[in-house]
Amino acid sequence: MNASGKRLTLILLMAPLLIWLVALIVIPHMEILYVSLREKVGVREYEFGFANYMVFFNEPLYWNTFMRTAVMSILATALTLLIGFPVSYYIAKLTRGRSKTILFLLCLIPFWVSELVRTYGWMILLRESGLVSGFLQYIGLASEPIEFLYNDAAIMVGLVYTSMLFMVVPLVTTLDSLDDSMIEAAYDLGGGGVSVWREIVIPHAMPGIVSGCIIVFMLSLGNYLTPILLGGKDSLWFTGLIYSQFITRFNWELGAAFGMLLLVLSSTIVWAGLKLSGQTLTRTVGR
Amino acid sequence: MAEAVNDLDCRDISKNFAAFKAVRDVTFSVPPGTFFSILGPSGCGKTTLLRMIAGFLEPTSGDLLIKGRSMLDVPPNKRPVSMVFQHLALFPMMNVGANIGFGLRRRGVAKAEIAKRVEAVLERVGLPGAGPRGVDELSGGQKQRVAIARCMVLEPDVLLLDEPLGALDLKLREHMKIELKQLQWEFNTTFVYITHDQSEALVMSDQIAVMNHGVFEQVGTARDLYYNPETAFVAGFVGESNRFAGKVEEAGGGTLKVRTPSGLPLMGTAAAGSLAVGDAVDVFVRPEAVRLSPTSEGVAGQPNVSSGLVDSVLFNGANSRVLIRDAATGGEIDVALPQTGEFHSLKRDDPIHIGWDTAQTLCFAAAGEGS
Amino acid sequence: MLKTKLMSGLAGLAAGALLLAPAAEADTLRLLTWGGYAPENLIEKFEAETGHTVEVTLSNNEEMIAKLRATDGGGFDLAQPSQDRIAGAQAEFGIYKPIDLSKLDAALFIPSMLEATKANTTYDGKVYGVPHVWGTSGLVVNTAEASGVKDYVDLCSDDVAGKVSYRLKRPTLIGFAFSMGLDPFAAYGDEDAYKEILSKVEEKLISCKPNVKTYWTGGDEITNLLRSGEVVAAMAWDTGGWKLNAENSDITFVAPTSGALGWIDTFALPKRGRADEAAYAWINFVMKPENAALVTESAGNFTASKGGDADVNAELKARYQKSFPQEAIDNIKWYPPVPAGLEAFEGSVLDRVNAAN
Repeated sequence: MNASGKRLTLILLMAPLLIWLVALIVIPHMEILYVSLREKVGVREYEFGFANYMVFFNEPLYWNTFMRTAVMSILATALTLLIGFPVSYYIAKLTRGRSKTILFLLCLIPFWVSELVRTYGWMILLRESGLVSGFLQYIGLASEPIEFLYNDAAIMVGLVYTSMLFMVVPLVTTLDSLDDSMIEAAYDLGGGGVSVWREIVIPHAMPGIVSGCIIVFMLSLGNYLTPILLGGKDSLWFTGLIYSQFITRFNWELGAAFGMLLLVLSSTIVWAGLKLSGQTLTRTVGR
Repeated sequence: MAEAVNDLDCRDISKNFAAFKAVRDVTFSVPPGTFFSILGPSGCGKTTLLRMIAGFLEPTSGDLLIKGRSMLDVPPNKRPVSMVFQHLALFPMMNVGANIGFGLRRRGVAKAEIAKRVEAVLERVGLPGAGPRGVDELSGGQKQRVAIARCMVLEPDVLLLDEPLGALDLKLREHMKIELKQLQWEFNTTFVYITHDQSEALVMSDQIAVMNHGVFEQVGTARDLYYNPETAFVAGFVGESNRFAGKVEEAGGGTLKVRTPSGLPLMGTAAAGSLAVGDAVDVFVRPEAVRLSPTSEGVAGQPNVSSGLVDSVLFNGANSRVLIRDAATGGEIDVALPQTGEFHSLKRDDPIHIGWDTAQTLCFAAAGEGS
Repeated sequence: MLKTKLMSGLAGLAAGALLLAPAAEADTLRLLTWGGYAPENLIEKFEAETGHTVEVTLSNNEEMIAKLRATDGGGFDLAQPSQDRIAGAQAEFGIYKPIDLSKLDAALFIPSMLEATKANTTYDGKVYGVPHVWGTSGLVVNTAEASGVKDYVDLCSDDVAGKVSYRLKRPTLIGFAFSMGLDPFAAYGDEDAYKEILSKVEEKLISCKPNVKTYWTGGDEITNLLRSGEVVAAMAWDTGGWKLNAENSDITFVAPTSGALGWIDTFALPKRGRADEAAYAWINFVMKPENAALVTESAGNFTASKGGDADVNAELKARYQKSFPQEAIDNIKWYPPVPAGLEAFEGSVLDRVNAAN
C-alpha cells in the first residue's frame, strides 16, 4: 500500500476516536472556557474579562471549599490504597483459578447497581434509625440511637467504597505481572517481609498504584452524589458548588470558571503527585 | 582433623502434595566443591526437591542438612543457600549493583563495603563496572552472570540453580555451559543444578543424579551413567539408544540370548541384577556401538549381526546418523555415522551390514509399569 | 470530570433537540413539569380525548430554567415554573414565548388567581404564565415531640436540637426573614435593603446550623426523616405534612405564625416549543374541574381551577382546613416576581451557610 493510502487508513481508523474527542471533550471545554471569560455586567449584557476567576481567588469560601475537596479526596485516595493494596495482593498472589475470579467478581458486584442505590445503601446502614446504630444498641454498646450519617467520616466511607474497584483493578493487574520467583528470590537473598515489600512488591506495583490513585483521586474530586447524600449539612464539595452555580444560581459564567479551575487545579495536583512519586504519565498509563 | 563434612545431606526426604508423592525417600550427599546435577524429565520431582533445599517447601518427612546442620526449622532467608531462578528473577526496578547488593544490604553490611564487594564479584564474573547499568540493558549471558554474582556475593555454602539455561538460545546455552563450569571452579562453591537437558548435566557435572517419579534412579559421574546405566530408565534417558523389547532365551556365563517379538536374536549382557530364561527384558544399544560395513565380511565375527537398507542419512557434521531398515524384521536401527570418510557417499536404499558387541548390548528386566 | 459530564449532558440535550427537530410531530406534547402534576390516568384521558400524546419530564424550578436555558427555550412544549420565577428568567435568558390568552378558556380559572399570576408574569407588556397548582411551604411538625415549633425561628430552639431539617434554598431565606420580623418582599426592589436582610438571615442560619440534622434536598428524603422520627420539625411543603398525617396523626403541616409562603406553579410556553396547539389544549383540559381534582388527588395540592376542589376527597380537605384556618389563609405570603439577578446574592449567602461550621 502506498503512503497516502496508509495515511487514509490511519485517518479512517482514528476518525471515531477523534470525533469523540473533539465533539465531546474539546468543543465543550472550549465552550466552557468561553463562557467562563464572559463577565456579566447587566441583564443580557456581557463583556470579556477574568472577573469570574477573580471571584474564586477573592472569596475565601470557594478557595476553602476547593482545598477541603482536594484534601478529602487525597485522604480518600490514601485510604482506598491502604485498604485496596492488601486486597489486591491477596487476589493477585495468594489465590488461584476459580477463587480468584470469584473474589474479583465480588469487588465488581457493587457496581452492578447504580451509584445512587449504593449510596442509599450506606444511608440505610448509617442513619440514626439504621442498622449499625440498631446493632450497637442491641449488643448493648450504645444506650440510645447514634447518628453516623451527615459528617465527613460518612463521606469518606462512601468515597472509599465507591472508588475501591478502580484501585483494585490496576493493582491486581500490576501485581499479577510480578513474577512469584521475584519475591522468592528476595527472600532467598535474605530479605524479610518488610524489605521484600518495600524494595520489590511496592516498586513493582508503583505504576498500578499511581494509575489507581489518579483514577480514585479524580473520581473523588468529581464525585457529586456521595458528598451531598452522605455529608448532609457538612456536604460542602467543589462539584456541588459548580452544580449550584449552573443549576440553581443560573450563573453559568461563574460555574464555567469553577469548572476550568477544577480542571487546572486537579491536573496540577496529579502532576505534583507524579513528580513526588517519581513516575511519569507515559509509564503508568503505558503499561 | 575432623572428618570432612558434606555441604549438603538429604536423608530420606519425601514430599507429598495431597495423595501425590512428588519426592520419595531421596537420600544423597554432596561433598564440598562439587558440581552436582539432578537430571530428570519434567514432573520427576526435581524442582520440588530443589525448593525443599532452598526452603520454599517443607519436606513431609526426612531431614536436610547443610554443613552438618539441620535446616528443617530455618526459613529460606536464613539458610546458607542461594538460588538462581529459572528466569533469573533479577529485580527490574534496580540496577545491576543494587541487585547484587540486595542480600548484603539485608545483612546490614556498610555501604562502602557493599560497593567494594559488589565490584569485586562483578569482576570475577567478568562484568567489571557494570554496577550502574540497568538490568534490561544486559544480554542473556550477562544477566546469567549477574544472577550468579548476586548469589555468590553472599558466599553461600550451596548454590542452587533451577534450569537457568533453559531460556537461552542454543548457541549461548552451549557457551554458558562451559562458563558455568568455570565459574563453579573459580568460586569453588558447591553447585546443585537441576535440568532436564542431559547434555548440560553431562558436560558440567562432577556428579549426576538421574531422577524419575520422585526417586533417584542412579547417582554417579557422567561416564558411569553413560556406560554403566543401572536401570532401564537411565539407559534410555541418558544418551541415545536403540531400544528393543524381548524375552531371555538362554542365560549363562554372563551372556544372554534374547529374542525380540519379530524374531531377531540378540546377544547381550545383564546390566543390573541377574536375569533368567523367560524374563521379559528391555535391550539398549548405543548408536555409536554399532559398526557399519558395505559387506557382510566387514561385520563377520560380531556376536550380533544384521543387514538392511539405508532408510535415511541424517547429516549433522560430527553427529551424523544413519537410519537403517532391518531386512529381517523391518525395524529401524539408529547408527552413528563414522567420520572416517568410508561412508561419505552413503545414500538412501544402499544395502548395508551392521554388527555390534555383546558387552554393548545392555539388558534390563522390563519395567512392570506402563511407562 | 464534572464539567465534562455537565457539558456533554448539555451538548447531548442540544444534539437531541437538533435530531428531533425534523421528525417531531405537532401532536406530541413534551411537558416539563413537577411530580404529580400529570398523573397517568389524566394523560390517558387527554390522549383519548384529543389524539395528542404526552411525554412527561419531571423537574423543579431551577432545573426547568437551566434546561430551557441550555437549549435556548427548546426541547419542551410546555413548562410549569413557579409564577415568581418567570419574569426574571425571561428578562435574563428570553426562554419563553408570550401566552395567547384568547386560546384559553378564562372561565375555568379562579379569577383572582389568574389575574395575580398574569400580573406577576408580565414582562415587557406581555403575559408569560397562567396559574395551575398552588400550595404553601411552612412547617411540618411532629406535635407529640415538638409542640413548641410554631414559626421558622423556633426550629433553632434548644428543645429540638439535632432533630430539625430544612432546605438550603431561597424559600428558607425568605421564611426565616419573615419570622425574624423582616419583610424581604418589600425589599425586592432595593438591593441594599435586601442584602441587609439577607445578612441578618445568614447570621441566624449559621447560628442555627448545629440544630440541623441535615439539609434535605428531595421530598422523599424529608418524608423519610420525619416518618422515622429522626427529624421532628422541618420547613417543608404542605402536601408532605398532610401525607404523613394520614400515616401518623401526630405529624402535620403547621402554617407558621409569620405566615406560610404561598407559591403558584404556572403554565408557560418555552420559546422554541413546537406544539402550541397541544399545549393550549392540555391547559384547557386539565383546568376542567373534574380533571383538576385528579391532579389534586395525585399531587396533594389544590389547583387554580374554579370548582376544582369540589370533587376532592373529604380527608384532604379536612387536613387542609385544619392547617389553614381563615386567618392563616389571609396571612399567606405570596411570592412576588423575583427580580433578575437576585438569586446571585442569595446564592452566596447559601454557600456561606453551607460552608459554616
